[in-house]
Amino acid sequence: MSRTQLTASQLLDQLHRGEVTAEAVADDFLRAIGDRNTLLQAFLHVDEDDILQQARQVDTRRRRSEPLGPLAGLPVAIKDVICTKGQPTTAGSKILANFRPPYDAHVVERLRAADAILLGKTNCDEFAMGSSNENSAYGPARNPWDPSRIPGGSSGGSAVAVAACLAPLALGTDTGGSVRQPAALCGIVGLKPSYGRVSRYGVLAYGSSLDQVGPMSHDVRDCALLLEAIAGHDPRDATCVDHPVPRYAQRLDEPFASLTIGLPREFFAEGLSSEVEQAVRAAVEVYRGHGATIREVSLPHSKYALATYYLVATAEASSNLARYDGAHFGHRSTDHRGLIDMYCKSRGQGFGAEVKRRVMLGTYALSSGYRDAYYLKALKVRRLIRDDFDRAFAECDVLLGPTSPTVAFSLGERVSDPLAMYLADIYTISGNLAGLCGISIPCGFSASGLPIGLQLLAAPLEEEKLLRVARLYERATDWHLRRPSLPS
Amino acid sequence: MNTQKYHIVVGLEVHVQLLTRTKLFCGCGTVFGAAPNSQTCPVCLGLPGSLPVMNRRAFELGLRAALALNCSIARFTKWDRKNYYYPDLPKNYQISQYDLPLGSEGWLEINTSQGIKRIGIIRCHLEEDAGKMLHDERGTGRDSLVDLNRTGTPLLEIVSKPELSSPEEARLYLEEMRLLMRELGVSDCEMQEGSLRCDANVNIRIPQAEGGGVLATPIVEIKNLNSFRFLEQAVRYEAQRQYEQWQKDPGYLLGKVSKATAGWDEASGRTVFQRRKEEAADYRYFPDPDLIPVIVDDAWLERIRGELGELPSAMRKRLGTQYGLSEYDVGVLMSLGRQTVAYFEETARVCQDAKAAVNWITNQVQATLKDRGGDLAELPLSAQRLGELIAKQKELGLNKQTAQAVYDKMLHEDLEVAAAIEALQIRVVTDTNAVVELVRAAIAANPKAVADYKKGKTAAANVLKGAVMRQTKGSVRADVVEAVLKEELERG
Repeated sequence: MSRTQLTASQLLDQLHRGEVTAEAVADDFLRAIGDRNTLLQAFLHVDEDDILQQARQVDTRRRRSEPLGPLAGLPVAIKDVICTKGQPTTAGSKILANFRPPYDAHVVERLRAADAILLGKTNCDEFAMGSSNENSAYGPARNPWDPSRIPGGSSGGSAVAVAACLAPLALGTDTGGSVRQPAALCGIVGLKPSYGRVSRYGVLAYGSSLDQVGPMSHDVRDCALLLEAIAGHDPRDATCVDHPVPRYAQRLDEPFASLTIGLPREFFAEGLSSEVEQAVRAAVEVYRGHGATIREVSLPHSKYALATYYLVATAEASSNLARYDGAHFGHRSTDHRGLIDMYCKSRGQGFGAEVKRRVMLGTYALSSGYRDAYYLKALKVRRLIRDDFDRAFAECDVLLGPTSPTVAFSLGERVSDPLAMYLADIYTISGNLAGLCGISIPCGFSASGLPIGLQLLAAPLEEEKLLRVARLYERATDWHLRRPSLPS
Repeated sequence: MNTQKYHIVVGLEVHVQLLTRTKLFCGCGTVFGAAPNSQTCPVCLGLPGSLPVMNRRAFELGLRAALALNCSIARFTKWDRKNYYYPDLPKNYQISQYDLPLGSEGWLEINTSQGIKRIGIIRCHLEEDAGKMLHDERGTGRDSLVDLNRTGTPLLEIVSKPELSSPEEARLYLEEMRLLMRELGVSDCEMQEGSLRCDANVNIRIPQAEGGGVLATPIVEIKNLNSFRFLEQAVRYEAQRQYEQWQKDPGYLLGKVSKATAGWDEASGRTVFQRRKEEAADYRYFPDPDLIPVIVDDAWLERIRGELGELPSAMRKRLGTQYGLSEYDVGVLMSLGRQTVAYFEETARVCQDAKAAVNWITNQVQATLKDRGGDLAELPLSAQRLGELIAKQKELGLNKQTAQAVYDKMLHEDLEVAAAIEALQIRVVTDTNAVVELVRAAIAANPKAVADYKKGKTAAANVLKGAVMRQTKGSVRADVVEAVLKEELERG
């Protein structure tokens, strides 16, 4: 087994025992990227010299027996909507093709403090808007299990990087399922933390009240490790909660005295592929076999989740993306006449079709005369969706269902049908609307060999419980050990 | 009966820049006049991924102002985004307060020639300032520049009801607002530096002949009036302009013609039409998801209330009743600031003559401060000593020049009043016999004045009095000399 196929925990052990240097680890991953990125397009930017230098510094400090952070020497890939100082941060958009932020995002600072190696910037749907990675201005990342298929989105590049063993860990962002859905479609673990668990400072905003940065990894332990490194209070984000961060990885294998798992009726409804349903139902039996109480619950307002999401997220996006106007940074058209024309041309040239569609949707939803009927109504429905979950969590520890209604679809299959595309997030978006934490873990494969993801949701700030429940399943199965075989 | 051709209706929108060390949503400084774009950071530059965090101090200054303006305070408020594109606003939205302003339904009292008038305040809310555009004004089509130092500076917007009914009242309101905001430490209100800005909404009501009711002209908003004088001039000009326009065009009426904005051209002394607001701009307000709501609990509110001190309107009333001062004297004193009022109160307490204390403070003390520079705290002459000087002047009947000399001596040599009088060798003759001698000598030396007096020219007595005073270098009490002189002349 090649070193790049190891989990982050295994690599950390080897690094810690001195069996391998950080430089050798970085070199292995850089070679893997060199071999496969042309096909998979997982990374948009890799600065080899910078990466090797980071690794050598860790090695030097380890040789001198200096104290090192918990992720010392471990490469982590970063979604390209997360600011890295002096490095390109394009958000998968042409409008930021030449943008290099003068500062690191909070999560990047935390990774540096943990002595992780920042491996490069991963491909994503433009401004995190999309479910297939096809909205990237730089071409879509491809699913390593079948490169003719989409990897999911918007954190598609991060999912591909981990799944294809180009990185042991990656950060994604999840506004409506953008960590969990590509994790499911690529056969890895992806966690969306509770809203406020991780600072958004330095993360290019899409839907500010929904966005969270989340870890992506081969298994639950790795996911816990990375979450531990990035979670916690940051005074620069007013929505970031000041709540202690548990040592998630430590208690993973603790058994449950009792465990009640809820199955939302609405998550097993029309539109769910039978292969996915079978795999998820099989997972339920695994839990039952471990003594869990299984209970059917109802989330009656979840049928409005998609509509609510596409009003709230787009309304916020229409305002968040107003700053990309060519005046102060980013792309500016060269042939404009006057200020308004500069705005129109710079944005018209810089943004892709889906970004324009969502900015227009959001602008409309906030416009006078429509605001009450759309935006304000959506806020009310959002509250009802949250109430549904509160009731469910009063009697269940976690909720269980599929992450995505289908396995990975083919590139180009849904690009002309935005509504079909939006349905890819039908099971994940309500978790964002309610501020919950959620995780997707591998739970099987389709007949065509494509991964299937199991979604678990827990109440806000219950990440520790969520990870333990996920780990319980993982211990009983071996889906997470599989790696795609790719031409090298 | 009112014979005016029209009545003026004015409402003011005032923006005051809060006296915070840092901006409303980031840690950048707020010093005026720094090198362009030197006081900026990713947050106020609106760089991707940056997030705002509320400056609590700014919110507290806003609360202080709202309480002083007698507003009801929103116990739950939030921040909203006002969306519009302009290069001085790098995020292309302004963080403001839309439907839940921190203060609403208050008032400010102004002192008009007809007495105290209460002007309603509709609302006051906090918002971030925009930057400054520097356009190429030579018309050579060069690029415009933008300075973002001011971007994100905290502003308090205070909107009055349209209850100001003359140009003078508009000016008085703005003056009173400035006094209040300065007294509270909310803002330095430097109009030249833009820390106090004012827009005036003006229209007129034209009474019609018997049974014809009242007509109203469309509202014109005069933007960015940056002095009290310009405000007064602009309102007066605009009101008359509207009247004349209505005379030419009877269709120029509120509801028929939409609201317009205008600027004030100080060179020509005219308002200059800018644009008509056909429909309200759609700012697509919505709650800023990056900021959390602000909850104002009782403890917080009480603490702010405790910091307020005596408000100018209360102080104005108290100074009038407690010391029997005229409105004019109170106005002058208060315009000199809270420190001067305190100095006055101490002086008056010591000398027990408020009127004399006001006169000394507004004349000699102000002249001294003007000469020396600095403020009252640095003046070597304490209120206690000034009070003693005034008391002594009265007790000894010192004339103005002598008292001034004592004042100067006290000031320059840091002396108590007794020591200064001693040092100046002022001997005050209080012995009436000695005065009688002096008066008789003067009568003997000035037969012509005596003769004149006897012919009925009583003013001639002043010649005699002057002679006595000169001879004694003012060390006798003028009232004693007068009394003795009268007695001696009558007798002779």
